[in-house]
Amino acid sequence: MSKSVVIKGGTIVNRGSEIKSDVRIENGVIVEVAKNLKADVQLDASGCIVTSGFVDLHAHLREPGREEAETIETGSRAGALGGYTALVAMPNTDPPQDSIAVIDFVREQGKRAGLVDVVPSGCITLGRQGETLAPMAELAHAGVTLFTDDGVGVQNASLMRRALEYARGLGVTLAQHCEVAELTEGAVMNECQCCTDLGLPGWPAIAEELMVFRDIELVRMTGASMHFLHLSTERSVELVRAAKRDGLPITAEVTPHHLSLTQELLATYDPVYKVNPPLRSAQDIRALKIGLLDGTIDAIATDHAPHPRRDKEMSLDIAPPGMLGLETALGVVLGNSELEIKDVVALLSWNPARIARIDAEHGRPVAIGEPANICIFDPDLAWSVDLERLASKSINSPYVGRTLRGKIRHTIFKGTPTVIDGQAQK
Amino acid sequence: MKHLRSIDELGVDGLVALLQLTDHMAEINQRPVPKVPALRGRTVASLFFEDSTRTRLSFETAAKRLSADTMTFNVSTSSVNKGESLRDTVATITDMGVDAFVVRHKSVGIPWQISQWTKASIINAGDGAHQHPTQALVDCYTIREATHESRFDGMQITIVGDIKHSRVARSNIQAFSMLGAKVTVVAPPTLLPPDLSHWPVQINHHLDEVIPTSDVLYMLRLQSERMSQGHVPTLREYSEQYGLTQKRVARLKDSAIVMHPGPMNRGVEMQIDPSDVKNSLIHRQVANGVSVRMAVLFELLGSGSSLGGQA
Repeated sequence: MSKSVVIKGGTIVNRGSEIKSDVRIENGVIVEVAKNLKADVQLDASGCIVTSGFVDLHAHLREPGREEAETIETGSRAGALGGYTALVAMPNTDPPQDSIAVIDFVREQGKRAGLVDVVPSGCITLGRQGETLAPMAELAHAGVTLFTDDGVGVQNASLMRRALEYARGLGVTLAQHCEVAELTEGAVMNECQCCTDLGLPGWPAIAEELMVFRDIELVRMTGASMHFLHLSTERSVELVRAAKRDGLPITAEVTPHHLSLTQELLATYDPVYKVNPPLRSAQDIRALKIGLLDGTIDAIATDHAPHPRRDKEMSLDIAPPGMLGLETALGVVLGNSELEIKDVVALLSWNPARIARIDAEHGRPVAIGEPANICIFDPDLAWSVDLERLASKSINSPYVGRTLRGKIRHTIFKGTPTVIDGQAQK
Repeated sequence: MKHLRSIDELGVDGLVALLQLTDHMAEINQRPVPKVPALRGRTVASLFFEDSTRTRLSFETAAKRLSADTMTFNVSTSSVNKGESLRDTVATITDMGVDAFVVRHKSVGIPWQISQWTKASIINAGDGAHQHPTQALVDCYTIREATHESRFDGMQITIVGDIKHSRVARSNIQAFSMLGAKVTVVAPPTLLPPDLSHWPVQINHHLDEVIPTSDVLYMLRLQSERMSQGHVPTLREYSEQYGLTQKRVARLKDSAIVMHPGPMNRGVEMQIDPSDVKNSLIHRQVANGVSVRMAVLFELLGSGSSLGGQA
């Protein structure tokens, strides 16, 4: 029997309601929502929002294969500190998540860490090579609901069509990293005036938009459901908006960094700002924010991509793309959008839980009888991102030294506090 | 001035001051013993991660004429281990007591990255397609020497060729504009950066249109791999459109100057022997390279010392 926990003095934010109340949890379930509750463990939530734990659709946990950068345990801890209770693990591990053995391993490592639900995604193609389909049915029967070759897009249109048709039969969702590879060979940053000045090979917006367009049409043709990963350009948002207007089963995410950082940062020559897709223009950021407000974009996902320090100390062209995101997502989102709290929670929890099809356990209301996957955050607390305090094994965060507004205070996973007063509990 | 990494960083005043200082260095180079003790006890390390003959020799000669000690770290491109050891390499050489690094690297931004890892001065001898500030200084000095003009106001400078991949073009466009020149770039659209509307240049795709009005014709090297990358169909087609031929030379103004940063691709952008061009300054560019780099080294490392005396 786990200890009973009470969350005291916070404001509970659920879909369509906002109430001040205490919450009591026993055996992983919310058992009471009322004033003046008592329990074995008391968590102070005064001035804080109490809501469902966040769900990240896009975390690179690097295990197996690149444990120097991150492990499932360290990534889970970073997630808990960021208010997450579930992380969808991206499949570009080594070996990749294209077999039952690897899927099971990732899930088991997640359970062993016991800080969040680690939800392995599966590869669309074997080895993420873009040549033959991965055993999707086998993986689907093992519980995989989201398939992606993230890191690369599926280039072959015919293969992507087959993948979508096959996925429709299985009732699973494909998630695409939209990048036409022929247009981004050697690319380091967005193709823009800054890129012209720096003499770097550009990553043109159209390389993303062409694949968004292609896949929207393939969805229209096949009827399968599709999720677009880390959209970054104005035109991508417009394409998805139009597709949704047509009623297509499409969802989309953006990252916190694509909402807050612009291409001009590459002029610092610091590879911490190299990310794929690249940081874009202020105009693209405005379009992404409008997409969040009008519902075109369903989720904010971190694309948490740890890299060891020595890899990020290489030159811009050689350094691998990617930045940390789990511990800073909430602060970056609150500080860089005009969203209301309930919309932020929808984008970080309710919607991604539905897209990952884990909405029986996550993204639930804070209400009696519901599973206790909860995060409690202070939306106004300003804090400085301290390199020494990052739980991730890597330090490639562009926000180190910056001040963010909004911080996780407590996280509760299956009824047990994983974070109390900003401190990881294990 | 601590570093010389870009023309931007130098600014117009710094540019003019270095060109004036180069006059003194040129005078030293005319002496029977072209050597002064100005940088005695200082150490200059060349870090060349990309093949180079003239720039490296030019820097080393410059350092020696100022009595600096030199060391060369020559890394063939094949052994550059994905840049992994770069920080360690810099740290190691710094520990030996180095006052300046002269850095050439195929990757953009390396001089800025290195300057975070060492207290030594950094001189950018070319980073990717980004900057090559001492080449721009050499070219400004060479034009200044030939025209006896310290400002280039009203001068029409035409840069021809692979602007997109050229660090020489990026540095020269900035430097020429700072001195008042009107710069035109001539290339097929595939060899121009995708968006250069903010650059202080005119764009023309037809060399023959700008030949008669150019005061300076600056030819860039075309690398043969641009064909396989689809930037130009064939070298033959490129050289017909953008190469310097006898016919084009004949249409130049009498006073027009022809320049090239070297190494030349004979039969591609240069379809004519430079010695057949009346006002070719290509050899002056090489000769002035040493004086300009002496000025740069003295400016960065020579505080408190004088240019007098004999080494």
